[in-house]
Amino acid sequence: MEEKLFVKSSPHLTDRESVPRIMYSVVLALIPAGIGAVYFFGVRALWITLISIASAVATEYLIQKFRKVPVTISDGSAVLTGVLLAYNVSVQVPLWIPVVGSFFAIAVGKQVFGGLGFNPMNPALLGRAFLLASWPTHMTIFDKAIPRGGTVSGIDVITSATPLNVLKQSKDILANASDFPVEKVTQAHQALAQLYDASEKLFWGQIGGCIGETSVFLLLLGAAYLMYKRYIGWKIPFSYLGTVALLEWVFGGTEGLFTGVVLFHLFSGGLMLGAFYMATDMVTSPVTFKGRIYFGIGCGVITVLIREIGGYPEGVSYSILLMNLTVPLINRYTKPKAFGGKKAK
Amino acid sequence: MGLVKQRTFLGGIHPPGKKHQTEKFATETPPLPPEVIIPLQQHIGAPSEPVVEKGSRVDVGDPLSKCEKFVSVPVHASISGTVTSIEERLHPSGMNQLSVIIENDGKDHWRSDIQFDQDYLDLSIDDMRDRIRDAGIAGMGGATFPTHVKLSPPRDKEIDTLIINGAECEPFLTSDHRLMLEEPKKILLGIQIMARILEVKKIIIAIEKNKPDAIRMMRKNCNEGNFSYRVPGLPVKYPQGAEKQLIYAITRRRVPAGGLPMDIGCVVHNVGTAVAVYEAVAYKRPLVERFVTVAGPGVQQPKNLRLRIGTPYQYIFDYCGGLKESTAEIIMGGPMMGIAQSSLDVPVIKGTSGLLAFEKRNVLNKAENVCISCARCVDACPMKLMPTTIANYVKHGYFDKADEFNALDCMECGSCAYLCPSHINLVHYIRYGKSEIVKRKKKAKVA
Repeated sequence: MEEKLFVKSSPHLTDRESVPRIMYSVVLALIPAGIGAVYFFGVRALWITLISIASAVATEYLIQKFRKVPVTISDGSAVLTGVLLAYNVSVQVPLWIPVVGSFFAIAVGKQVFGGLGFNPMNPALLGRAFLLASWPTHMTIFDKAIPRGGTVSGIDVITSATPLNVLKQSKDILANASDFPVEKVTQAHQALAQLYDASEKLFWGQIGGCIGETSVFLLLLGAAYLMYKRYIGWKIPFSYLGTVALLEWVFGGTEGLFTGVVLFHLFSGGLMLGAFYMATDMVTSPVTFKGRIYFGIGCGVITVLIREIGGYPEGVSYSILLMNLTVPLINRYTKPKAFGGKKAK
Repeated sequence: MGLVKQRTFLGGIHPPGKKHQTEKFATETPPLPPEVIIPLQQHIGAPSEPVVEKGSRVDVGDPLSKCEKFVSVPVHASISGTVTSIEERLHPSGMNQLSVIIENDGKDHWRSDIQFDQDYLDLSIDDMRDRIRDAGIAGMGGATFPTHVKLSPPRDKEIDTLIINGAECEPFLTSDHRLMLEEPKKILLGIQIMARILEVKKIIIAIEKNKPDAIRMMRKNCNEGNFSYRVPGLPVKYPQGAEKQLIYAITRRRVPAGGLPMDIGCVVHNVGTAVAVYEAVAYKRPLVERFVTVAGPGVQQPKNLRLRIGTPYQYIFDYCGGLKESTAEIIMGGPMMGIAQSSLDVPVIKGTSGLLAFEKRNVLNKAENVCISCARCVDACPMKLMPTTIANYVKHGYFDKADEFNALDCMECGSCAYLCPSHINLVHYIRYGKSEIVKRKKKAKVA
């Protein structure tokens, strides 16, 4: 027997889970989508991802050294931020874009607040929002991001816009049809019809877009693994996707209520990446059962608002960022009633 | 899982059972120790007063103390011999407690009136209850609440269900399991007495499915003895054996916060308590021994033992081949809710279901990381609390906030801390918060 016995509070057992294990599992789950990106867009997708990771990790290291706090780059959270940021930019961005984006994500999105666990918003999304606001041209041009076996827009008409862009433009034309020449209106009709038939391409990934959001299939593969390992739950992604599906079905169609094409909206843009990998970020999502459902619904509502009414074609990142800010409030107002409730006095 | 809805409670965790170490080992009875240490307080409630003094000669079963208060029980000599001292000794709770030290005379001479009473079932309910109280029985599942109190529901509370707790959901522990295999008849006769006292018809013996042999044994004995008790197999989940969770799993009734099972017509007793009740009523035999599991990676020969109350740990581990060099933590009870011990000169008491020895590599001594709000603790909490939120408030001294988040409803089962990927000892913070909240409430009352 050891000279002195350990005396500590119960419990005296734990399972083997740890923060690094969770973070690296999420990174692992994102790898299929990354391989898909290299297949569709070429090896440049890999370089952007690696640069982004390196920048995130280096930033975390330098700031923690500067703050004289323990360096925690091995916990995997900076790596994950780097991966997610890279997945949120186009394959044709200049290589300094991921460097700056990841720096901003870690420095302003995370370390300013005290590091992991204290950041109110998802760092990678904040980095993306910063890039989009600062260099909109780099962040919104996809003309050279032509996927193998497909077109940028997913339709035959030669266009360098992403599906959601085409959708937005076509809808704008149809909404004000009298202001446009007839052939434009006809084109818009055709484009919409083709888009709505492109669900299969969207599912497998033969469309343009950001690095990590092309293949719904590969994203779902990773998400299934995370759900199996219980690192993400069903509540946020399903309430998020469900809300988007419902609202787009009701309001998203061009021929009146209840004519929206649900699959197109679910599969396009960054929704799958956002719903399964970013809205579910543990630090910036609610801890209560009801809270997570409200959070998902909120993300869905804002996403649809932006897609249908707002100026941007895509609203996933802003919807998640906005909902991130409501998390403390949601947690407070969804406090579960203790088992048995209060005693009647 | 499957289409049939399983009887279970909310939340909970699935720690590895670790029961294989001892579950197949029949209970052994080691020779009596040269000396026993019997703390005067081994139960929840008012302390008892010593009735012996230094130099008194005692037989096995002689009372060592008496108690005037209702919520209290006496303690008894567990070996025959001489009282060598009544002094403060280290108690498993970690505090010093007034204890009676008895030196063994080697005769194991039992008090003469401990004999089988053929007509015990004809006793009045009050007499039965008195025998139970005089036998010093306190809940043997570990909480050690005086049994006669749980068998005395106020007149306005109608009890319709008696649940016998054989869940034994703590990892490593197999003493209740062995008891069910080795003493099923005594358990059933004890239940019969308790059912008579409470006047209940509906009796359920709750056992987790990881003990199929115990379920079979109890069912078989129920059939043979013509007892119409139900023996359902419960899905394996911790903390199944917690009173409120067990009641919910079986009856779907919820014990109100701050309330008792009696409030919703239920009474829960441990299988070990049932045996003690039978022996107390039928033989007038006080509680002087119990089943204890001695296990864990630090023990050379894990065993199940029938031990006299007051046997010191050192003596027990010596009987089990000693402790390994690398042993670094001794736990009284199970690994989830048990208490870490600082010394081996501490005795087995009425609530000691197990003694575990952990090696250095098993000891949880990892640095605490920050909370990443993964919510695993919130999802697992069987009391539906928000452990991480409460712990955070406690850490920063906001005890009124912790109270608002129902800290007092925490039963310290440890499910939250078990799952925490940041190794935050949530139970520790919440326990501290609870004590501060109670202290403040008392102060507020006085002021």
